[in-house]
Amino acid sequence: MPSSDYDPASLPDLLPLYYRRLFPFSQYYRWLNYGGVQKNYFQNREFSFTLKDDIYVRYQSFSTQNELEKEMQKMNPYKIDIGAVYSHRPNQHNTVKSGTFQALEKELVFDIDMTDYDDVRSCCSAADICSKCWTLMTIAIRILDRALRDDFGFRHLLWVYSGRRGVHCWVCDEAARKLSVAARSAVAEYLSLVKGGEETVRKVVLTDPIHPFIRESLTVVEHYFSQYALQEQNILSNKESIDKVLALVPEDILLKDLLQHFQTEKNPEKRWGRLKALAKNKQAAVKKGQYFEKEIMLQYCYPRLDVNVSKGVNHLLKSPFSVHPKTGRISVPIDLRELETFDPFDVPTISLICEELDRPRKGEEEEEEDETKEKENEKDVAERRKIRDYKRTSLAKYVKYLDQFLDGMARSWKGELLRKSDLQKDF
Amino acid sequence: MQFSGRRRKILSNPQTELYGHCLQFYVQPPLENITLTEFETFAVERLKLLKTVENLGVSYVKTSEQYSKKLESEFSNLNFPYRAAADDKKVQNGPTEYEKRRKDHISHFILRLAYCQTEDLRRWFIQQEVDLFRYRFNDLLPKHKLEFLHRNNLQYDTISVEEKKALAEKLINSSYAVSGITVEDQDFYKVPFQDALDLVRTRKVYLKAGYVYIPHQDIVTIVLNDFRTRLSKALALTARSLPAVQSDERLQPLLNHLSHAYVGQDYSIQKSVGKISLEQIDSLSVKSYPLCMRQLHQALRENHHLRHGGRMQYGLFLKGIGLTLDQALQFWRSEFIRGKVDADKFDKAYAYSIRHMFGKEGKRTDYTPYSCMKVILSNPPSQGDHHGCPFRHSDPELLKQKLQSYKISPSGINQILELVKGMHYQLACQKYFELTHNIEDSAFSLNHPNQYFIESQKLLGGGREIKREMDAPQRAQENSATRGSTVARETSANPSQDLAEMTEDLDSFFQDA
Repeated sequence: MPSSDYDPASLPDLLPLYYRRLFPFSQYYRWLNYGGVQKNYFQNREFSFTLKDDIYVRYQSFSTQNELEKEMQKMNPYKIDIGAVYSHRPNQHNTVKSGTFQALEKELVFDIDMTDYDDVRSCCSAADICSKCWTLMTIAIRILDRALRDDFGFRHLLWVYSGRRGVHCWVCDEAARKLSVAARSAVAEYLSLVKGGEETVRKVVLTDPIHPFIRESLTVVEHYFSQYALQEQNILSNKESIDKVLALVPEDILLKDLLQHFQTEKNPEKRWGRLKALAKNKQAAVKKGQYFEKEIMLQYCYPRLDVNVSKGVNHLLKSPFSVHPKTGRISVPIDLRELETFDPFDVPTISLICEELDRPRKGEEEEEEDETKEKENEKDVAERRKIRDYKRTSLAKYVKYLDQFLDGMARSWKGELLRKSDLQKDF
Repeated sequence: MQFSGRRRKILSNPQTELYGHCLQFYVQPPLENITLTEFETFAVERLKLLKTVENLGVSYVKTSEQYSKKLESEFSNLNFPYRAAADDKKVQNGPTEYEKRRKDHISHFILRLAYCQTEDLRRWFIQQEVDLFRYRFNDLLPKHKLEFLHRNNLQYDTISVEEKKALAEKLINSSYAVSGITVEDQDFYKVPFQDALDLVRTRKVYLKAGYVYIPHQDIVTIVLNDFRTRLSKALALTARSLPAVQSDERLQPLLNHLSHAYVGQDYSIQKSVGKISLEQIDSLSVKSYPLCMRQLHQALRENHHLRHGGRMQYGLFLKGIGLTLDQALQFWRSEFIRGKVDADKFDKAYAYSIRHMFGKEGKRTDYTPYSCMKVILSNPPSQGDHHGCPFRHSDPELLKQKLQSYKISPSGINQILELVKGMHYQLACQKYFELTHNIEDSAFSLNHPNQYFIESQKLLGGGREIKREMDAPQRAQENSATRGSTVARETSANPSQDLAEMTEDLDSFFQDA
């Protein structure tokens, strides 16, 4: 399948087609409207567009789905970012008294970018990724998804592939959207274990007792560590990478022992086994605070968050279903039930799905089914055609997943709406 | 007028209603008449107290013994109530407990007026008041703590014995001070995690399904959260009624001055703009840069790139030492285009933020260079970053190597590392200054990278053209011994003249604080 032959030069030609026939406006609106539980939630939301030649347009806002559609089809943005829900309509922010225009709510978001792992991956660097280092994203999602659900009690987590080298998480629970800046930064810091910049070698420091959250995270890392770090990244195979690991081992005596052992033992699994055994001995000897093998595992595998993205209520984040201009890949939601098999290189590019549109239609049955359903809903012709359109492309399964995600959220909106109408009856 | 009912009640029994406990939530504003002198004295002394709280918070761990000791002595110097003393017991020659509590109460509300005006001021005030409150609450005897909770109607849900048993292991592993035995004896409170952010942030508490389980000994966190929320709301309310206060010409200049005082010098107004040429920068970075900026400069020259945090910290510093906008654009562009960024990309992606720094884009704020406090406390460096404070954010081993490569003597390095170990990052930097400038004792107290630069230039004699008004801080230091008495002088016949003098005092105080 010609999925990788995307040419950035073709983007201006493909975008109009994408926004006219493929972008899932209806689901998109359904998401950001949040069931209409709060007034003007969609209307006061900031969108920002990046146009051709990096022209950046902030503070866009739209009163209806239709208006959003029209504007996007007119502007054909290269990239779409979603911002906060403000106190006033963002496109009128210049008309209100300064100081009163304030960011009130936004999903709690997380941004994990592969470039932040450059010191611990040997396969690629900077913006490049491969199937080997993608495991880091899988680990990150497993760890954060568990913590956000079990520890923080959130339920509606939308994980999205960024289109190039990372993943985003949108926590959509009402409680998450209402968090203050201080609370967001506390959550982000709770979830951050790897700390320090270029001037820090030992970036993970564990102290006694090990917090249950760290234990849970370690369980996840342990599951992937041997295959990923020892086999694929070869962290104990060549001199250079071994030195990097050994820089994290605290004591000279242990170092000597390890180096000696490594002279004869070439198997990375056994080398790691030796290191673990030494750590265990050490713990037994001093009883306290020696966890260097765990620290090494975490430093190599634990998710590295861009805390500043999570902190700010008004911070912009690339929207799902936006196109990545460099790779042409669509920023699609990730179904965690298929996380282990998710392959970023399988994610459809805009050229692929536009091409799929032109292919002759397959089986008629499916369509009939669609048609009857749509008649019931009495949607207009264009809308009907659009639904048929994306269903014919590889975008379909991602839109379907978003639908399921929204159904899950709708159940909690319904509860909320019921509660509200109940309150009104009391009056 | 609608307050008249409440007023009568308080006046009828002020001591027990208002000052019955040495610590309070500052719910009721003071309603008595006070003299202008008292107004000033109270405000200035509380500001000094808060300033001390801020400074100590940088130098020490907030729960350490040294922190408490230093704060305690500041409390008694300034006559604030710091521990539950028996009511109205006369201390020799000192004010009574009642007077202290009254001062605590009134001074807090005066500063609310001064610090409610902008987001920045509010944040600073809340932070210091919260730290102050934490110290005072922790310092109470257990029975006084309980009394305080009762008095203020603070009730929190405790978990059942069964739940405690089921979670015992997790509870033990979540908190440093809880062991198997204490779990059984101790009450655990279950509150939404938003109410105990400090414990969540530092992972000092067990968190499950959005709730934290707080051992009784950490209850201060929830109380503080309450305190912070209330204060924040109160300040927003105060801001709304501020126009009425500002129309009072006796108070308005004083309040403005009080609020401007908190940051000290911000090194933004430059007499030296345009006096530095780009060719000088490399040699200046070796001679007169503090370590943080030297590190950033070096990283920039090596990688031809700096990430956002580094660009902000270094860019504003450069602005502070006198680079013009054009120079800054030229400086960054010439370095960036030697790396992966071409001129076109630079103009699109980076030039904006540099103009922004100089107040030429966006909301047109003229940003000020970061102080040491800001560098140390906010936005710590992560992967790929070179910003931050090298004394705070480097591994000691790397710091040592770096200092060695800069030809610092081994004994000097040891002194610096010792200070770093004690978390005296600014003192460590000052020591570095002394060692690199071959002086015994630098006559200033370092709190800003740009101050470092100016002091260095002054010493090296190259400061002729970069010279600024440097005498003020020193004069202030000499004055410090007599300052207390000048502030507390008697009311003069002419209150406005009095005010002018008093604001001068404040100026000099905050230049060396």
